[in-house]
Amino acid sequence: MLALQIIRLLGRRALERIEGLGRATIMWALALWGLPNRTDISLLFQQIYNLGVLSLVIIILSAFSIGAVLALQFYTQLVRFGAQEAVGVGLAMVLLRELGPVVTALLFAGRAGSAITAEIGLMKSTEQLSSMEMMGVDPLRRIVAPRLWAGIISLPLLTAIFNVVAIYGGAIVSIEWLGVDPGGFWSGMTDFVQLWNDIGKGMVKALVFAIIVTWIAVYQGYDTLPTAEGIGLATTRTVVHSSVMILAMDFVLTLTMYGDFN
Amino acid sequence: MSSPSQNLVEIRSLSYRLGERIIFDNVSLDVQRGRITAIIGPSGTGKTTLLRMIGGQLKPDEGHVLIDGVDVCQISRERLFELRKDMGMLFQSSALFTDLTVFENVAFPLRVHTELPEDSLRDLVLMKLNAVGLRGARDLKPSQLSGGMARRVALARAIALDPKLIMYDEPFTGQDPIAMGVLLTLVRGLNEALNTTSLVVSHDIHETVSIADQIYVLSNGKVIGSGSPDMLRDHATPQVRQFMHGSPDGPVPFHYPADDYRFDLLGREL
Repeated sequence: MLALQIIRLLGRRALERIEGLGRATIMWALALWGLPNRTDISLLFQQIYNLGVLSLVIIILSAFSIGAVLALQFYTQLVRFGAQEAVGVGLAMVLLRELGPVVTALLFAGRAGSAITAEIGLMKSTEQLSSMEMMGVDPLRRIVAPRLWAGIISLPLLTAIFNVVAIYGGAIVSIEWLGVDPGGFWSGMTDFVQLWNDIGKGMVKALVFAIIVTWIAVYQGYDTLPTAEGIGLATTRTVVHSSVMILAMDFVLTLTMYGDFN
Repeated sequence: MSSPSQNLVEIRSLSYRLGERIIFDNVSLDVQRGRITAIIGPSGTGKTTLLRMIGGQLKPDEGHVLIDGVDVCQISRERLFELRKDMGMLFQSSALFTDLTVFENVAFPLRVHTELPEDSLRDLVLMKLNAVGLRGARDLKPSQLSGGMARRVALARAIALDPKLIMYDEPFTGQDPIAMGVLLTLVRGLNEALNTTSLVVSHDIHETVSIADQIYVLSNGKVIGSGSPDMLRDHATPQVRQFMHGSPDGPVPFHYPADDYRFDLLGREL
């Protein structure tokens, strides 16, 4: 009998998940359909400010530290072969292809994703979304759509900024401090980094992560239980689900885009 | 429909259940044009749910909700949003937008739905705020308002588009006597001044009875009595009388259904 109960529980959980996925997809489609429209543009800019511009400080600080640490680690290994100029190209490859998009998305999920969920969740629990609906204003267009689009626009830009700052962080450590030859450092980078293969594919990753994070954040807020506990749970879920999905999707994307590993 | 019927809202054999619980069981009621209709009943009888169904936010399992002859459940999402412009709803929590000032809250529906130039919009918002006596509070944020003031701002916002139907969800709950008096005057006065129709959902019997033209008493998912306030006070059904007079125990029990009291306390030793 216990086995039967477990199977039944599993079945119900699975159905709930699928139903949730369906609701999330409908919400996403309706919201994306909603833009652009004249009055919505100012709402979009406001959200780009909230999600993108206000995330700049954490992105720049983290990027600088990560670039500096990477340079230190690369240097200690490469200097043994006398190849310390290769710090530049190593740094660029790792950042553009993997660390830039992934770390920026993780930081974005913690800084902006959680804020989106909490904000929409609180609007729901204080009946602001309901009252908007009753005024004939669709909250999917007014509240959800600008945040979705702002996230999709902001995160790739933040990733680009992250990459630039991290590379400069690494350059400062290697050139100014460790005494790597700047000519070798920069020319190695410009010789080997390819526009599409390294920069373009990294940006594709950033775009995919942007869609994932904003979608999860907005859905968790919109679907939250309208209680204090519910909002807390939803915010946690946004960060946890986003992080796991980012890392899992990164593996899938690396596998498909850079192909032929065997 | 060439000649509009006497009723603005008609609810026909409405049934709705939430999981195991039956919220409405074959409920029918009418809201007459130009009058104040009240739905009263104990807390938790789905009065707010009923308002959400009239607004098309929830769909009933069975039955129809007709507004001006249009079935709310049958129309598309776009037409529903169109229809809601003719409805104003005052939420129990006021539901003001916390990031906007009082002025911007009232201006919100006007900005979204009309193309008014800024100075006419300003005049209109100030007129609405003046109607609820809060023209001077235009620059305050919702967090700076008392509960009664917040509800009046929400009321000004609900009437911003001059709706045909104003719905009030528990407008008197948690108000001090002065705020209560102000709200009563406003509900009554606005219904006449704006020549609209009002639907009040409440469990504050005395206040509601004093302003309503027509009352429905809802209990356990059914309409157990309806009529003018005077008719209901001497209603034949004991349940209606208990509610109208506010006796703590009667056909509506004081206790939530539970196991036998002695059994509950003493366990199996009985």
